[in-house]
Amino acid sequence: MKKITKKDLLAALRTSSPIIVTFLVLGIGYGILMQKHGYGPLWSLLSGIIIFSGTAQFVSVTMLSSGSVIMAGLTALMISARHVFFSISMIGRYSSEGRRKPYLYYALCDETYAMLSKDDGPEGVNVSNYRLLVTLFDQSAWLAGSFLGGWIGTLLTFDSTGIDFAMTALFTTVFIQQWIDNKCHLPAVLGVVATLACRLVFGRDIFLIPAMIIIIGVLTAARSRIEPAGGENHD
Amino acid sequence: MTDYRHAMIVIVVMGLGVLATRIVPVLIFGRGEKVPEFILYLGRVVPYTAMGLLIVYCLRDVPVFEAPHGLPELIALSAVAATYIWKRNTILSVVIGTALYMFLVQSIF
Repeated sequence: MKKITKKDLLAALRTSSPIIVTFLVLGIGYGILMQKHGYGPLWSLLSGIIIFSGTAQFVSVTMLSSGSVIMAGLTALMISARHVFFSISMIGRYSSEGRRKPYLYYALCDETYAMLSKDDGPEGVNVSNYRLLVTLFDQSAWLAGSFLGGWIGTLLTFDSTGIDFAMTALFTTVFIQQWIDNKCHLPAVLGVVATLACRLVFGRDIFLIPAMIIIIGVLTAARSRIEPAGGENHD
Repeated sequence: MTDYRHAMIVIVVMGLGVLATRIVPVLIFGRGEKVPEFILYLGRVVPYTAMGLLIVYCLRDVPVFEAPHGLPELIALSAVAATYIWKRNTILSVVIGTALYMFLVQSIF
Protein backbone atom coordinates (compact mmCIF):
# COMPACT_ATOMS: atom_id res chain seq x y z
CA MET A 1 0.00 0.00 0.00
CA LYS A 2 1.68 3.18 -1.17
CA LYS A 3 1.48 6.45 0.67
CA ILE A 4 -1.29 8.77 -0.50
CA THR A 5 0.21 11.60 -2.54
CA LYS A 6 -1.16 15.02 -3.29
CA LYS A 7 -1.65 13.88 -6.86
CA ASP A 8 -3.86 10.98 -5.73
CA LEU A 9 -5.90 13.37 -3.59
CA LEU A 10 -6.44 15.87 -6.39
CA ALA A 11 -7.36 13.21 -8.94
CA ALA A 12 -9.88 11.64 -6.58
CA LEU A 13 -11.31 15.02 -5.70
CA ARG A 14 -11.75 15.87 -9.38
CA THR A 15 -13.58 12.60 -10.01
CA SER A 16 -15.75 12.97 -6.93
CA SER A 17 -16.65 16.65 -7.21
CA PRO A 18 -19.97 16.25 -9.10
CA ILE A 19 -20.95 13.47 -6.70
CA ILE A 20 -19.92 15.53 -3.70
CA VAL A 21 -22.23 18.37 -4.79
CA THR A 22 -25.16 16.01 -5.45
CA PHE A 23 -24.67 14.14 -2.18
CA LEU A 24 -24.42 17.36 -0.19
CA VAL A 25 -27.73 18.63 -1.59
CA LEU A 26 -29.59 15.32 -1.30
CA GLY A 27 -28.02 14.73 2.10
CA ILE A 28 -29.28 18.09 3.34
CA GLY A 29 -32.77 17.14 2.11
CA TYR A 30 -32.56 13.83 3.94
CA GLY A 31 -31.29 15.50 7.12
CA ILE A 32 -34.14 18.03 7.11
CA LEU A 33 -36.66 15.24 6.52
CA MET A 34 -35.24 13.22 9.42
CA GLN A 35 -35.31 16.30 11.65
CA LYS A 36 -38.96 16.96 10.81
CA HIS A 37 -39.76 13.36 11.79
CA GLY A 38 -38.09 13.82 15.17
CA TYR A 39 -34.62 12.44 14.40
CA GLY A 40 -31.81 14.96 14.72
CA PRO A 41 -28.46 15.29 12.91
CA LEU A 42 -26.79 12.55 14.95
CA TRP A 43 -29.46 10.10 13.86
CA SER A 44 -28.88 11.05 10.22
CA LEU A 45 -25.16 10.59 10.70
CA LEU A 46 -25.64 7.21 12.37
CA SER A 47 -28.01 6.06 9.65
CA GLY A 48 -25.55 7.23 6.99
CA ILE A 49 -22.82 5.13 8.56
CA ILE A 50 -24.90 2.02 9.23
CA ILE A 51 -27.10 1.97 6.10
CA PHE A 52 -25.26 4.24 3.63
CA SER A 53 -27.76 4.01 0.81
CA GLY A 54 -29.68 7.14 -0.15
CA THR A 55 -32.75 5.29 -1.35
CA ALA A 56 -32.89 2.95 1.64
CA GLN A 57 -32.36 5.85 4.02
CA PHE A 58 -35.08 8.00 2.49
CA VAL A 59 -37.50 5.08 2.75
CA SER A 60 -36.37 4.33 6.29
CA VAL A 61 -37.59 7.74 7.51
CA THR A 62 -41.21 6.62 7.53
CA MET A 63 -40.32 3.20 8.97
CA LEU A 64 -38.34 4.44 11.98
CA SER A 65 -41.25 5.28 14.24
CA SER A 66 -43.43 2.24 13.62
CA GLY A 67 -44.06 -0.72 11.39
CA SER A 68 -42.66 -4.15 10.78
CA VAL A 69 -38.91 -4.62 11.17
CA ILE A 70 -39.01 -7.62 8.81
CA MET A 71 -40.62 -5.49 6.14
CA ALA A 72 -37.93 -2.84 6.62
CA GLY A 73 -35.23 -5.48 6.15
CA LEU A 74 -36.86 -6.96 3.06
CA THR A 75 -37.34 -3.49 1.60
CA ALA A 76 -33.64 -2.77 2.11
CA LEU A 77 -32.74 -6.03 0.36
CA MET A 78 -35.05 -5.25 -2.54
CA ILE A 79 -33.84 -1.68 -2.97
CA SER A 80 -30.22 -2.80 -2.79
CA ALA A 81 -30.52 -5.82 -5.07
CA ARG A 82 -28.51 -4.00 -7.72
CA HIS A 83 -25.50 -3.91 -5.40
CA VAL A 84 -25.15 -7.67 -5.80
CA PHE A 85 -24.31 -6.95 -9.39
CA PHE A 86 -21.98 -4.04 -8.60
CA SER A 87 -19.98 -5.98 -6.00
CA ILE A 88 -19.62 -9.04 -8.21
CA SER A 89 -18.33 -6.95 -11.07
CA MET A 90 -15.70 -5.39 -8.78
CA ILE A 91 -14.26 -8.70 -7.49
CA GLY A 92 -11.56 -8.77 -10.15
CA ARG A 93 -10.63 -5.09 -9.79
CA TYR A 94 -10.52 -5.14 -6.00
CA SER A 95 -8.73 -8.52 -5.70
CA SER A 96 -5.45 -6.97 -4.53
CA GLU A 97 -6.89 -4.28 -2.24
CA GLY A 98 -6.08 -6.25 0.91
CA ARG A 99 -7.15 -4.58 4.13
CA ARG A 100 -9.06 -1.88 2.22
CA LYS A 101 -11.48 -4.44 0.75
CA PRO A 102 -14.10 -4.44 3.52
CA TYR A 103 -14.47 -0.66 3.36
CA LEU A 104 -14.49 -0.50 -0.44
CA TYR A 105 -17.31 -3.04 -0.68
CA TYR A 106 -19.31 -1.70 2.28
CA ALA A 107 -19.32 1.82 0.81
CA LEU A 108 -19.85 0.84 -2.83
CA CYS A 109 -22.89 2.98 -3.63
CA ASP A 110 -24.30 3.60 -7.13
CA GLU A 111 -22.29 6.74 -7.79
CA THR A 112 -19.00 5.38 -6.51
CA TYR A 113 -19.52 2.27 -8.60
CA ALA A 114 -20.18 4.40 -11.67
CA MET A 115 -16.88 6.21 -11.16
CA LEU A 116 -14.73 3.20 -10.26
CA SER A 117 -16.07 0.45 -12.49
CA LYS A 118 -13.12 0.73 -14.84
CA ASP A 119 -9.78 -0.97 -14.57
CA ASP A 120 -7.50 1.95 -13.90
CA GLY A 121 -7.48 5.47 -12.50
CA PRO A 122 -6.18 8.71 -14.04
CA GLU A 123 -2.63 8.61 -15.36
CA GLY A 124 0.22 8.63 -12.85
CA VAL A 125 -2.09 8.04 -9.91
CA ASN A 126 -1.86 5.11 -7.51
CA VAL A 127 -5.09 3.30 -8.36
CA SER A 128 -5.56 1.76 -4.92
CA ASN A 129 -5.27 5.14 -3.18
CA TYR A 130 -7.49 6.69 -5.81
CA ARG A 131 -10.27 4.12 -5.26
CA LEU A 132 -10.10 4.51 -1.51
CA LEU A 133 -10.24 8.32 -1.71
CA VAL A 134 -13.12 8.48 -4.21
CA THR A 135 -15.13 6.07 -2.05
CA LEU A 136 -14.27 8.05 1.08
CA PHE A 137 -15.06 11.47 -0.45
CA ASP A 138 -18.44 10.28 -1.72
CA GLN A 139 -19.51 8.86 1.62
CA SER A 140 -18.15 11.86 3.53
CA ALA A 141 -20.17 14.25 1.37
CA TRP A 142 -23.34 12.27 2.06
CA LEU A 143 -22.65 12.20 5.80
CA ALA A 144 -21.76 15.90 5.91
CA GLY A 145 -24.87 16.83 3.93
CA SER A 146 -27.25 14.80 6.08
CA PHE A 147 -25.69 16.09 9.30
CA LEU A 148 -25.91 19.65 8.01
CA GLY A 149 -29.53 19.07 6.96
CA GLY A 150 -30.43 17.84 10.42
CA TRP A 151 -28.86 20.93 11.88
CA ILE A 152 -30.55 23.29 9.40
CA GLY A 153 -33.82 21.54 10.21
CA THR A 154 -33.52 22.58 13.85
CA LEU A 155 -32.89 26.22 12.87
CA LEU A 156 -35.64 26.54 10.31
CA THR A 157 -39.06 26.67 11.80
CA PHE A 158 -41.52 26.41 8.97
CA ASP A 159 -44.64 24.43 8.27
CA SER A 160 -43.09 21.24 6.97
CA THR A 161 -46.38 19.61 5.97
CA GLY A 162 -45.79 17.83 2.68
CA ILE A 163 -41.99 17.74 2.83
CA ASP A 164 -42.11 13.94 2.61
CA PHE A 165 -42.99 14.43 -1.03
CA ALA A 166 -39.25 14.94 -1.68
CA MET A 167 -38.90 11.16 -1.47
CA THR A 168 -41.66 10.51 -3.96
CA ALA A 169 -40.20 13.12 -6.29
CA LEU A 170 -36.71 11.62 -6.04
CA PHE A 171 -37.90 8.10 -6.84
CA THR A 172 -40.00 9.46 -9.71
CA THR A 173 -36.98 11.05 -11.37
CA VAL A 174 -35.06 7.77 -11.09
CA PHE A 175 -38.08 5.91 -12.48
CA ILE A 176 -38.25 8.23 -15.51
CA GLN A 177 -34.50 7.95 -16.13
CA GLN A 178 -34.73 4.15 -16.02
CA TRP A 179 -37.72 4.27 -18.36
CA ILE A 180 -35.70 6.34 -20.85
CA ASP A 181 -32.66 4.05 -20.56
CA ASN A 182 -34.52 0.79 -21.13
CA LYS A 183 -36.28 -0.66 -24.13
CA CYS A 184 -38.19 -3.23 -22.09
CA HIS A 185 -40.61 -1.52 -19.71
CA LEU A 186 -42.07 -4.69 -18.23
CA PRO A 187 -40.02 -4.54 -14.98
CA ALA A 188 -40.96 -0.89 -14.42
CA VAL A 189 -44.67 -1.48 -15.08
CA LEU A 190 -44.59 -4.64 -12.96
CA GLY A 191 -43.19 -2.70 -9.99
CA VAL A 192 -46.03 -0.18 -10.09
CA VAL A 193 -48.91 -2.53 -10.95
CA ALA A 194 -48.02 -5.38 -8.57
CA THR A 195 -47.44 -3.03 -5.66
CA LEU A 196 -50.60 -1.02 -6.35
CA ALA A 197 -52.68 -4.20 -6.58
CA CYS A 198 -51.22 -5.50 -3.32
CA ARG A 199 -51.87 -2.16 -1.60
CA LEU A 200 -55.56 -2.43 -2.58
CA VAL A 201 -55.88 -6.11 -1.66
CA PHE A 202 -53.71 -6.39 1.47
CA GLY A 203 -54.13 -2.97 3.08
CA ARG A 204 -51.50 -0.41 4.05
CA ASP A 205 -49.39 -2.35 6.55
CA ILE A 206 -48.06 -5.50 4.91
CA PHE A 207 -48.57 -4.99 1.17
CA LEU A 208 -44.86 -4.66 0.38
CA ILE A 209 -44.13 -8.28 1.27
CA PRO A 210 -46.69 -9.90 -1.09
CA ALA A 211 -45.71 -7.33 -3.72
CA MET A 212 -42.06 -8.40 -3.51
CA ILE A 213 -42.99 -12.08 -3.75
CA ILE A 214 -45.14 -11.45 -6.82
CA ILE A 215 -42.43 -9.30 -8.42
CA ILE A 216 -39.68 -11.92 -7.96
CA GLY A 217 -42.10 -14.60 -9.21
CA VAL A 218 -43.05 -12.70 -12.36
CA LEU A 219 -39.45 -11.68 -13.06
CA THR A 220 -38.45 -15.34 -12.84
CA ALA A 221 -41.29 -16.52 -15.06
CA ALA A 222 -40.94 -13.75 -17.63
CA ARG A 223 -37.16 -13.85 -17.88
CA SER A 224 -37.09 -14.87 -21.54
CA ARG A 225 -39.33 -11.93 -22.41
CA ILE A 226 -37.41 -9.39 -20.35
CA GLU A 227 -33.95 -10.54 -21.44
CA PRO A 228 -34.13 -12.52 -24.67
CA ALA A 229 -31.07 -14.79 -24.97
CA GLY A 230 -28.29 -12.97 -26.78
CA GLY A 231 -30.26 -9.76 -26.49
CA GLU A 232 -29.11 -6.45 -25.11
CA ASN A 233 -26.39 -6.50 -22.52
CA HIS A 234 -26.87 -4.16 -19.60
CA ASP A 235 -23.24 -3.83 -18.59
CA MET B 1 -42.99 9.97 22.45
CA THR B 2 -40.63 8.90 19.74
CA ASP B 3 -39.64 5.26 20.05
CA TYR B 4 -35.88 5.47 19.61
CA ARG B 5 -35.34 1.77 20.29
CA HIS B 6 -37.52 0.81 17.33
CA ALA B 7 -35.73 3.38 15.18
CA MET B 8 -32.34 1.95 16.13
CA ILE B 9 -33.47 -1.60 15.32
CA VAL B 10 -34.87 -0.52 11.94
CA ILE B 11 -31.62 1.27 11.04
CA VAL B 12 -29.49 -1.74 12.00
CA VAL B 13 -31.73 -4.22 10.17
CA MET B 14 -31.86 -2.09 7.02
CA GLY B 15 -28.11 -1.57 7.28
CA LEU B 16 -27.59 -5.33 7.43
CA GLY B 17 -29.89 -5.75 4.41
CA VAL B 18 -27.92 -3.24 2.35
CA LEU B 19 -24.58 -4.57 3.57
CA ALA B 20 -25.60 -8.12 2.67
CA THR B 21 -26.18 -7.14 -0.96
CA ARG B 22 -22.75 -5.53 -1.09
CA ILE B 23 -20.66 -8.08 0.83
CA VAL B 24 -22.29 -11.53 0.64
CA PRO B 25 -21.80 -11.90 -3.15
CA VAL B 26 -18.08 -11.21 -2.66
CA LEU B 27 -17.81 -13.73 0.17
CA ILE B 28 -19.53 -16.38 -1.94
CA PHE B 29 -18.03 -15.68 -5.35
CA GLY B 30 -14.79 -13.93 -4.41
CA ARG B 31 -12.71 -17.07 -4.97
CA GLY B 32 -13.51 -17.21 -8.63
CA GLU B 33 -16.55 -19.50 -8.65
CA LYS B 34 -18.91 -18.90 -11.50
CA VAL B 35 -21.81 -16.63 -10.54
CA PRO B 36 -25.20 -18.20 -11.38
CA GLU B 37 -26.80 -16.40 -14.31
CA PHE B 38 -30.04 -16.12 -12.36
CA ILE B 39 -28.43 -14.09 -9.57
CA LEU B 40 -26.88 -11.71 -12.10
CA TYR B 41 -30.24 -11.43 -13.84
CA LEU B 42 -32.02 -10.45 -10.61
CA GLY B 43 -29.27 -7.94 -9.84
CA ARG B 44 -29.83 -6.35 -13.24
CA VAL B 45 -33.60 -6.30 -13.35
CA VAL B 46 -34.87 -5.91 -9.78
CA PRO B 47 -33.75 -2.24 -9.56
CA TYR B 48 -36.11 -1.41 -12.39
CA THR B 49 -39.10 -2.82 -10.50
CA ALA B 50 -37.96 -1.44 -7.16
CA MET B 51 -38.53 2.21 -8.12
CA GLY B 52 -42.17 1.61 -9.05
CA LEU B 53 -42.63 -0.27 -5.80
CA LEU B 54 -41.12 2.60 -3.84
CA ILE B 55 -43.26 5.24 -5.55
CA VAL B 56 -46.42 3.30 -4.70
CA TYR B 57 -45.09 2.81 -1.17
CA CYS B 58 -44.61 6.58 -0.80
CA LEU B 59 -48.15 7.21 -2.00
CA ARG B 60 -49.75 4.43 0.09
CA ASP B 61 -51.81 6.79 2.24
CA VAL B 62 -53.14 9.06 -0.51
CA PRO B 63 -56.95 9.17 -0.20
CA VAL B 64 -58.00 8.34 -3.75
CA PHE B 65 -61.68 7.78 -2.96
CA GLU B 66 -62.27 10.94 -0.93
CA ALA B 67 -61.40 14.63 -1.39
CA PRO B 68 -59.00 15.83 -2.67
CA HIS B 69 -58.70 12.47 -4.50
CA GLY B 70 -54.91 12.61 -4.74
CA LEU B 71 -55.04 15.77 -6.82
CA PRO B 72 -52.10 17.51 -5.07
CA GLU B 73 -49.97 14.39 -5.64
CA LEU B 74 -51.03 14.18 -9.27
CA ILE B 75 -50.23 17.84 -9.95
CA ALA B 76 -46.87 17.77 -8.16
CA LEU B 77 -45.84 14.47 -9.77
CA SER B 78 -46.69 15.89 -13.19
CA ALA B 79 -44.46 18.86 -12.43
CA VAL B 80 -41.63 16.53 -11.39
CA ALA B 81 -42.01 14.45 -14.55
CA ALA B 82 -42.30 17.45 -16.87
CA THR B 83 -39.29 19.30 -15.43
CA TYR B 84 -37.23 16.11 -15.37
CA ILE B 85 -38.00 15.19 -18.97
CA TRP B 86 -37.24 18.78 -19.92
CA LYS B 87 -34.04 19.45 -17.95
CA ARG B 88 -32.87 15.99 -16.74
CA ASN B 89 -31.85 17.57 -13.47
CA THR B 90 -32.80 15.49 -10.42
CA ILE B 91 -32.25 18.16 -7.80
CA LEU B 92 -34.19 20.79 -9.77
CA SER B 93 -37.18 18.47 -10.22
CA VAL B 94 -37.17 17.35 -6.59
CA VAL B 95 -37.02 20.92 -5.28
CA ILE B 96 -39.74 22.23 -7.63
CA GLY B 97 -42.01 19.23 -7.06
CA THR B 98 -41.67 19.32 -3.29
CA ALA B 99 -42.14 23.09 -3.04
CA LEU B 100 -45.22 22.89 -5.25
CA TYR B 101 -46.63 19.99 -3.25
CA MET B 102 -46.07 21.76 0.08
CA PHE B 103 -47.77 24.87 -1.29
CA LEU B 104 -50.71 22.81 -2.58
CA VAL B 105 -51.38 20.89 0.64
CA GLN B 106 -50.79 23.89 2.91
CA SER B 107 -52.62 26.62 1.02
CA ILE B 108 -54.97 25.20 -1.62
CA PHE B 109 -56.38 21.84 -0.57
